[in-house]
Amino acid sequence: MSQATATEDVREDGMITGVSGPVVKASGLEARMNDVVYVGEEGLMGEVIEIEGDETTIQVYEETSGVQPGEPVENTGNPLTVDLGPGMLDSIYDGVQRPLDVLEAIMGSFLDRGVDAPGIDLDATWEFTPAVEEGDEVGPGDIVGTVPETESIDHKVMVPPDYEGGVVEEANSGEFTVDEPVVVLDSGEEVAMRQEWPVRRARPTVDKHSPDRPLVTGQRIQDGLFPIAKGGTAAIPGPFGSGKTVTQQSLAKFADADIVVYIGCGERGNEMTEVIEDFPELPDPQTGNPLMARTCLIANTSNMPVAARESCVYTGITIAEYYRDMGYDVALMADSTSRWAEAMREISSRLEEMPGEEGYPAYLSARLSQFYERAGLFTLLNGEEGSISVVGAVSPPGGDFSEPVTQNTLRIVKTFWALDADLAERRHFPAINWDESYSLYRGQLDPWFVENVADDWPELRQWAIDVLDEESELQEIVQLVGKDALPEDQQLTLEVSRFIREAWLQQNALHDVDRYCPPEKTYEILQAIKAYNDEAFAALDGGAPVDEIRAADAPPRLNRIGTTEDYESFVEELIDDMTEELRGLY
Amino acid sequence: MKEYRTINEISGPLVFAEIDEPIGYDEIVEIETPSGEVKRGQVLESTSEFVAIQVFEGTEGIDRNCTVRFLGETMKMDVTEDLLGRVLDGSGRPIDGGPDIVPDERRDIVGAALNPHAREYPAEFIQTGVSAIDGMNTLVRGQKLPLFSGSGLPHNELALQIARQATVPEEDEEGEDSEFAVVFAAMGITAEEANDFINDFERTGALERSVVFMNLADDPSVERTVTPRLALTTAEYLAFEKGYHMLVILTDMTNYCEALREIGAAREEVPGRRGYPGYMYTDLAQLYERAGRIQGQEGSITQIPILTMPGDDDTHPIPDLTGYITEGQIYVDRDLDSKGIEPPINVLPSLSRLMDEGIGEGLTREDHKGVSDQLYAAYAEGEDLRSLVNIVGREALDERDNRYLDLADRFEREFIQQGYKTDRTIEDTLNVAWELLSMLPKEELHRIDEEDIESYYLEEEAAEVAAD
Repeated sequence: MSQATATEDVREDGMITGVSGPVVKASGLEARMNDVVYVGEEGLMGEVIEIEGDETTIQVYEETSGVQPGEPVENTGNPLTVDLGPGMLDSIYDGVQRPLDVLEAIMGSFLDRGVDAPGIDLDATWEFTPAVEEGDEVGPGDIVGTVPETESIDHKVMVPPDYEGGVVEEANSGEFTVDEPVVVLDSGEEVAMRQEWPVRRARPTVDKHSPDRPLVTGQRIQDGLFPIAKGGTAAIPGPFGSGKTVTQQSLAKFADADIVVYIGCGERGNEMTEVIEDFPELPDPQTGNPLMARTCLIANTSNMPVAARESCVYTGITIAEYYRDMGYDVALMADSTSRWAEAMREISSRLEEMPGEEGYPAYLSARLSQFYERAGLFTLLNGEEGSISVVGAVSPPGGDFSEPVTQNTLRIVKTFWALDADLAERRHFPAINWDESYSLYRGQLDPWFVENVADDWPELRQWAIDVLDEESELQEIVQLVGKDALPEDQQLTLEVSRFIREAWLQQNALHDVDRYCPPEKTYEILQAIKAYNDEAFAALDGGAPVDEIRAADAPPRLNRIGTTEDYESFVEELIDDMTEELRGLY
Repeated sequence: MKEYRTINEISGPLVFAEIDEPIGYDEIVEIETPSGEVKRGQVLESTSEFVAIQVFEGTEGIDRNCTVRFLGETMKMDVTEDLLGRVLDGSGRPIDGGPDIVPDERRDIVGAALNPHAREYPAEFIQTGVSAIDGMNTLVRGQKLPLFSGSGLPHNELALQIARQATVPEEDEEGEDSEFAVVFAAMGITAEEANDFINDFERTGALERSVVFMNLADDPSVERTVTPRLALTTAEYLAFEKGYHMLVILTDMTNYCEALREIGAAREEVPGRRGYPGYMYTDLAQLYERAGRIQGQEGSITQIPILTMPGDDDTHPIPDLTGYITEGQIYVDRDLDSKGIEPPINVLPSLSRLMDEGIGEGLTREDHKGVSDQLYAAYAEGEDLRSLVNIVGREALDERDNRYLDLADRFEREFIQQGYKTDRTIEDTLNVAWELLSMLPKEELHRIDEEDIESYYLEEEAAEVAAD
């Protein structure tokens, strides 16, 4: 949380009149909606969420045990803001942007309360190189210089969007702290490396357009069947144990975004620890640098205070917008938006608001769409392009997709990766159900795939979809009469679709090679299966019995392409072997 | 100490009293009835005029003339290493006739959240000696892995077997003590079930390294909301101050959730699904997330909560919310139980999320991951075929399908079935697995690395099957 200016402007104090869990009521407080306040003797951070006459209702971001009526409430007069500046990458924050490593240093392994820490280190110095000279005219959003933030990312220092802009009078290069002015304008405005921004307000842009480049995920089923665009939105709903978190983490690891903001919202502590331990070790497939060098983590685990869970998605998206404003492609993962919605429900019920569906507040749908609408491909204030792609996990109770959070999310997002408990039980991962999932970006993105991967990408994909569709129809018959009762060509179709499922759709997130599959390889594997399909049907037409085709030795090697590093020669040899063997059958 | 005689409303487990000075939220309260009985409670809501108090021992016998004393502090647990070997009631008072507890420290029972940055990712394999767990859903130190069971199923036998057999094998060789200390928290279970646990602990000598908390079925239900917190506070002290590896068994979480619902209803809160409070996820998380390891600290807390799913329905809010918080789940299955399989664990819906970090070369064995994935896929296929056999009969299936059917049967009878007294090492478990996998031709084993197939595939077994 931004605090450097927050404490200077203290307004009228109030007094606590009631406490119930994270909701505190106070009187005598002159505050505006969404002002940040410090509650009680310990100064617990809270936010004003309701004003009724003299009575102000506050949601408190920390545990309220022991807080008494009569204790003071202090208003900062500012809404909840985040600090934006160099040092956010390679960091891990709680839901109100307090750095967890700093908190650990202050209060030990367990999170105590009433401790505040700035979101970025105010004492650290950074090497600033100006990109403007004296006499240049700059406006809001313009880049005035760069700071090497991590080995992967140059942090671009911008004129804050709420400045007027003007002519550069002074541009300093050298080492500065984040609050020292690096560029001074003739309007009297001073640009420093640190900005503040209220989290609940989207940072301004000029325009938003339809995305036309894919966010390459390195996952075959996602790139191959259900792609997401840079600037797109996607939802991953699934019951527990179906692999939401693994899918989200794979995206965070391998997606070809410049910056990744990963929000662990109300999820498990150990999962965040896994990310903290893994990401500094793992290389970014694009740059080879550690993944952490492009990642900002926000962790509000399920046992951390519920109000901070409500705010953590806003903190995350504001940080994402800041990097977008530099012209980067940002991917934001929110795991899980259901926990966020539940936090809203919990606060709403403490306020005794009239509930909507399943106890969720009536404004659930509005909040969800406001959040997802902050994604997109934008023309920035400085004329450049930048994008935010948002992928939200949804945890529907009982795996029932008809519940309000899933349904309201589906009305907004354009890619839907439906996770399936049945597939997960068979250890078919990623457990994305190919019948239920969809992507509305396919048409928009096909030109990119045709140009960059293969001319027949759309046709080959359609072939795979057709085979899978046919399989699910045939499976219904097989359930009744058994496989052997089918005509031979249909038995062969089942064999082909089995390879599509096992060799192509399945991907081992834990295997060193298989966990990242570039689009070219995704194409090659499917191409090899198609080659098998063509040869096998030719053999059948030529009179070979289906049992012998099925018993061929070479085709099962299709299953090994994913885990083979040097796949090109492997595929070539395999296609030759399959062709020779199958042609030998007739 | 603030003392009042201002009770103006008593409703279910709640008492409302007027006050004239501020009382802290969550503060502990003593209510003395005219007969001299003292009941404890906790402040649920505090305003300038009145407080709402939740009474742990039930409101029976409280009238408007009772004295209400506010102790000025939140609920604490007296902790000391001497708690090992003791049996306490659901509020943490000794009931084993032993000496009074002399506390080393008094700890707030609402444990602070563990900073994710301070955690250490759990990766030490715990050998429970149960093949269905070790082989297919491996437990690691610092994990929370619940048993999803139903009424009348032998989850207690399984929990006892785990408590008895759990070790960390590598440390044995170094001569270190790798046994677990156990904290056992009973919430609303019957006296008979409780006796089974205590007797087994006594018989095996496990009681000496256990702390037992007992809230039985006829004890006040509201007390159940504090019992697991007392238990976990004790476990945290022993783990992170004294360096013990703790195994915490919480049974039965269903009763705990019923108590939450009771309080929510008495407070006239807006209910969530099936009448359970909307904050139940957060509340459960505050218990389950107290499992784990801390960087640079010796001890650990591993949790095995047990819950009985109402109507065996895992979409019921209790198992559902639990599954979203815990790191996997083990299903105790009614069909397998009626087939006489001991322990009747259904591995298909079961899962251990932390398994992958705890297994493999140097931890268990290099083929572990592949074997487990392959067995999962094969058993799932066998299960599918069973429903088909019911319709078309076995003759209509080809040879491959018949092998999968046989494998599914043998998997249940030889791999899962082992009895509650058998302690299998991980080697034993994987060897049984290879006996089964060798029924399939090598080409079918595409989830296993080729070198592992070379090392472990049993040619004789394969030949035998082919001869049949």
